[in-house]
Amino acid sequence: MTQFVKTPDREWIKKRLMGVSICIAFVFSLLIFRLIYLQIVKGEEYRRYSKNNCIRLGSIKAPRGLIYDRNGILIVDNRPSFNLKIVLEDARPLEKTISTLSDLIDVPYEELWEKIGQFEKKSYYQPFVLKKNISRKQLAVVEAHNFDLPGITITVEPRRNYIYKKSCAHLLGYIGEINKKELESGTYLGVDSGDSIGRYGLEKTYEELLRGSRGGRQVEVDANGRIIRVLREVDPVPGKNLYLTVDFELQNIAESMLKKKAGAIIALDPANGEVLAMASAPSFDQNDFIGGVSIKKWKELISDPKKPMINKAFQGEYPPGSVYKIVSAIAGLEEKLIDQNTKSVCKGFHRYGNRVYRCWRKSGHGEVGLVDAIEQSCDVFFYNVGEKVGVDALAKYAKGCGLARKTGINLGNERKGLIPTSAWKLKRFGEPWQGGENLSIAIGQGFDLVTPLQMAVLIAAVGNGGVLYKPQILKTIKQPGGDIVEEKLPEITGSLPVSEENLRLIKKGLFGVVQGKKGTARSVRMKGVEIAGKTGTAQVFSIKDGEAIDGDELRYNLRDHAWFVCYAPAVNPIIAVSVLIEHGQHGSSGAGPVAKAIVKKYLEIKGWTGAKGVTKQIKKNQIKTNGESDV
Amino acid sequence: MFDRRLLENFDWGLLLLIFTIATVGLVILYSALTAGHDQTLHPLLKKQIGWMAFGFIIMIFIFFLDYKYFDEASIVIYLLCIGLLVAVYFSGKYVGGSRRWIDLGPFTMQPSEIMKIALIIMLSSVYSDMVSEQGLNFRKLTKPFFICIVPFLLIAIQPDLGTAVLLLLIAGSITMFVKVERRVVISFIGVIIAAIPLCWFFLLKGYQKSRILTLFDPERDPLGAGYHIIQSKIAIGSGMLTGKGFLQGTQNTLSFLPEQHTDFIVSVLAEEWGFLGCFALLFLYFILLMWGLNIAYGCRNMFGSILAFGVTSMIFWQIFINFGMVMGLMPVVGVPLPLISYGGSSVITNMIGLGILINISMRKYISK
Repeated sequence: MTQFVKTPDREWIKKRLMGVSICIAFVFSLLIFRLIYLQIVKGEEYRRYSKNNCIRLGSIKAPRGLIYDRNGILIVDNRPSFNLKIVLEDARPLEKTISTLSDLIDVPYEELWEKIGQFEKKSYYQPFVLKKNISRKQLAVVEAHNFDLPGITITVEPRRNYIYKKSCAHLLGYIGEINKKELESGTYLGVDSGDSIGRYGLEKTYEELLRGSRGGRQVEVDANGRIIRVLREVDPVPGKNLYLTVDFELQNIAESMLKKKAGAIIALDPANGEVLAMASAPSFDQNDFIGGVSIKKWKELISDPKKPMINKAFQGEYPPGSVYKIVSAIAGLEEKLIDQNTKSVCKGFHRYGNRVYRCWRKSGHGEVGLVDAIEQSCDVFFYNVGEKVGVDALAKYAKGCGLARKTGINLGNERKGLIPTSAWKLKRFGEPWQGGENLSIAIGQGFDLVTPLQMAVLIAAVGNGGVLYKPQILKTIKQPGGDIVEEKLPEITGSLPVSEENLRLIKKGLFGVVQGKKGTARSVRMKGVEIAGKTGTAQVFSIKDGEAIDGDELRYNLRDHAWFVCYAPAVNPIIAVSVLIEHGQHGSSGAGPVAKAIVKKYLEIKGWTGAKGVTKQIKKNQIKTNGESDV
Repeated sequence: MFDRRLLENFDWGLLLLIFTIATVGLVILYSALTAGHDQTLHPLLKKQIGWMAFGFIIMIFIFFLDYKYFDEASIVIYLLCIGLLVAVYFSGKYVGGSRRWIDLGPFTMQPSEIMKIALIIMLSSVYSDMVSEQGLNFRKLTKPFFICIVPFLLIAIQPDLGTAVLLLLIAGSITMFVKVERRVVISFIGVIIAAIPLCWFFLLKGYQKSRILTLFDPERDPLGAGYHIIQSKIAIGSGMLTGKGFLQGTQNTLSFLPEQHTDFIVSVLAEEWGFLGCFALLFLYFILLMWGLNIAYGCRNMFGSILAFGVTSMIFWQIFINFGMVMGLMPVVGVPLPLISYGGSSVITNMIGLGILINISMRKYISK
C-alpha cells in the first residue's frame, strides 16, 4: 500500500525515544528544582510552622448584597452578629473548656457537647461555629474569661437583617441554612455547612448575585489557639447590591391596605412594566427564618387557611370575574361580531336553551352598547358576545392578552392560570364543550383562572396602548462600591391583539367605569385626576335562583372575591394597579377603595397636581369618541 | 511449548527495580498509617501488601502470555472495559459525590484504572498498523480519536477529572510518539486555543469557572484545596535536606492531611526523609522510565514498541502529576503515585503495566 512507503525502522524509533528521554529528564529536573526550593530554600520557615503545628484556617464570611428600593431606601442589610467559634485541637482539655463555657454563657452543656460531636468527625484544626448570634452579655463574659477558654474565639460575622418587619416579605423572601443535599450538589461554591442561602423570593432568585464569595485566613496561633500572626488573608467579596423597581413608600401603603385581609396588590409602571409595588397578604416575618424557623412556627404558617407563605400576586389563581370582559370585548370586536353600534337589551337575565343566565343587576340595564356594557358591567351584553365568539376564539384572544402563560416575573413558582378551550375540556373531563359555558367564560366565570399579576400586566397594556411588558422587579445591580453592573431594560412580551380604534372604544368604557354617571366604580373617582378601570366580582360559590342571601351573612369562605384593575391618569397613565381581595365580595366596594388609595399615594409621591391640560385632553378625546358612537 | 530462552532473557533487573520501589512504598505507607497510632500493623497496610501480592500473581500470569495475544485481543479487552465503565454509570457506588466504583462482592474496583491499560493496548494495536515516517493525517486519526473520546467521556461524567485527563495525556503521548503530520499538530493546538475561551464564556457556569480557577490556583480557596496544599507544602518543606527521620514526621503524626496515605503520600516521604529521600525516589523512577523506553527500543515488533512506550508514559504522567500536585505546581486532582500510594486498583493497574513491560522485554530475541 502507498501509505507505507517508508516503514519506520529502528533508527527512527531510536530518534523518537531520544526526544522522549530529553522531555522526561527536563520534567524531572523541574521537580527536583521545586523540591530544592521548598526543602532547602524555604525549609527553615516550613520547619518552624510544622514544629508548632500552629497554622489555623478560618473562613471570613462575605456580607450578602444589600437590597434597596427604587429611590435608594435600604430595605435589607446585614448587621454584625457575634458568633462563638471553637478549634477542637486548641480547646483541650475539651470537657473542662466546654463546661466552663456552658456555665459562663448559660447554655446547657449537652447542647454544646452535641455540636462538638459533629465537629469531631470533620477536623480538629478548623474553627467551627459553636453558637451563633450570642448576646452582648455573653460576649462580655467570654471576653473577660478569655484565658480560661482555650481554643474559643469570637468572630463578628454579618447576619441578614430585614429592616422592616413583615414588609415586602413575599418579594424579598428569606434565607435559610444550606442542607446536605444542596451542599453535595456542588452548585453552591464556597458555601459551607452552616451557611445560609436564599430560600424564597428575591433572595432565592438572585442568590448568586447576593452571595458574594467567602474569604479565608491562614494564621499562626499560640498554644492556646490565640492568633499570633496572619500569614495569608484572602478578603471576602461582598455580594452585589440590588436596586428594586419597587417604591417602598407605595409598597407600605399597599401592605397597609391589605391589613387583616387576604389578597394581592400589584402596581406597575405602564410605560415599562416596572413593579412599583407588589403586596400579598397575609404576610410573614422573614427574620423568623434566619436562624432556622422553628417547627411550630412553620406548621402554623403552612396550615393557615389564608396561606401566608404564598405570594398571591402570581402564585394565586382566581376567576377573573367581570374584569375578563375586557378580553371578551377585544375578542368580539376583533372577530367583527360586535361593533360600537351593537346593542343588547338587558332585562336582568338572558335565556340560553332552557337555562337562565342572570345579570348581576336584577332589574336589568335596558338597552346597552359596548361602552355602556363595560361601564355598567352588564352581563347580558357579554353573554351575547360569548355566545357569538365561542370558547376557542375567546381563548385565542385571552392568550394574546397574556393570559394562560407566565408573565415572566422571575420570583419562583409562578402560576399561569387557566383559559379553557374545547379540546382542553374534552381531554381533561372527557366531555364536549357545552354552548352555555361560552356565556359563563365570557364574564370571567367557569373555568377561567388568572393571577392578579396577569391582570396587572393586561390593564397596564390597555393603558399604554397595547404593549405587554414583562413585569420587572429588579432595576439595577450595583457593585458594593456603587459601580453599575447591570441596568435592567424593559422587556416586551407581546402586544394586545386589538386595533387602535377598538382599544379606544374599550378604554372609553373603562373610563366610564370610574368617571361615568352609571359606572360601577364611581366611588373610586378622585379629585384632580381621572381614572379608568374595571371592577370584577369572582364567584366562589353560586347562589341558586331565588335564594336571596345577603353577602354579609355568607360565611367568609363562600364570599366572592373582589377585583379592581385600573390605570391613572386615563390618558398617558403613569400607574396601573391590580387589586384582588379574597372574599372581598364586590369589586367596587371591596377592591376599588384599595386601588384608589394606591393611585392617590403614587400621584402624591410623583407630585401630581391634577394638571388641567390633561383633563381637557381627556374630555376632548371623549367628545371625539362620543361623536363617533352617536352616529 | 515453553521456550527456555524466555527464562534466560528474563528481565531480572526490572523486577528488582519494581520490588525496590514497592518496598519503599510500603515503608512510607507504614509511616503514614502508623504514626500517631499504636505500633501494630495498620489494617490498610496489610491490605496494601495483599494488593501487591495479588498484583504480583497477575504479573506472573502476564509473563507467560505472549504480548502479541494482546494485539489480537485488543478489541475485546477494550470493549470489556468500556462495558465496565457503562456499568459504573448505571450501578456504580457513590463515594463522596461521584460514581467511580463497582461492587464485585468481596471488594470494589475502579474500572477507570484498568481502562488505562485497555486503551494503551487498543491504541498500540491500531497505530502499529498505520505508523509511517511521514506521520499520521486527519483521516487516519479519526478512529483513534473515537477510541479515546468514549472512555474519556465515561470517566469525566463520573466525575473523575483527574483520571480522565490522565487518559488523554497517555493517549496524546502515544499518538505523538507514533508521529502525526505537522499540520495536524498545528490545527489541534489551534482548535484548543479557540475552544478554551468559547467554553469559558459560553458553556461554563460561574461556580464551575471558580472551581477550575481553584484547581490551578489552590490558594484562591484557602479553606478547601488550598488547605491541602499549604499543609502539604509545610510537610514537604519542613523535611529540609535530611528529613526528620522515620516515623518522626509531625505533620504526618497530627493527621493534618486527610489523604496522606493516598494522593498526598509524597508529603510523608518528604517530611521524614527530606530532600535526599525524595531525590532517591525520583531517581528510582527515572531509571524505571528509562528502562521502559529501552524496552520499547529493544522490541522489534511495532506493536510491542508502542505498547512498551504507552505503559512507560502512563507511569510517567502519574509521577509528574502527583509530585506536581503535592508540591503546589499542579492542580489538585486525585492521581495516585505508582506503587507507593495506597489503593488496590492503582497498584494492580501499575503491576499489570509493568508485567507487560517485562513480558515484552523477555521476548525481544524471540519475537519478530
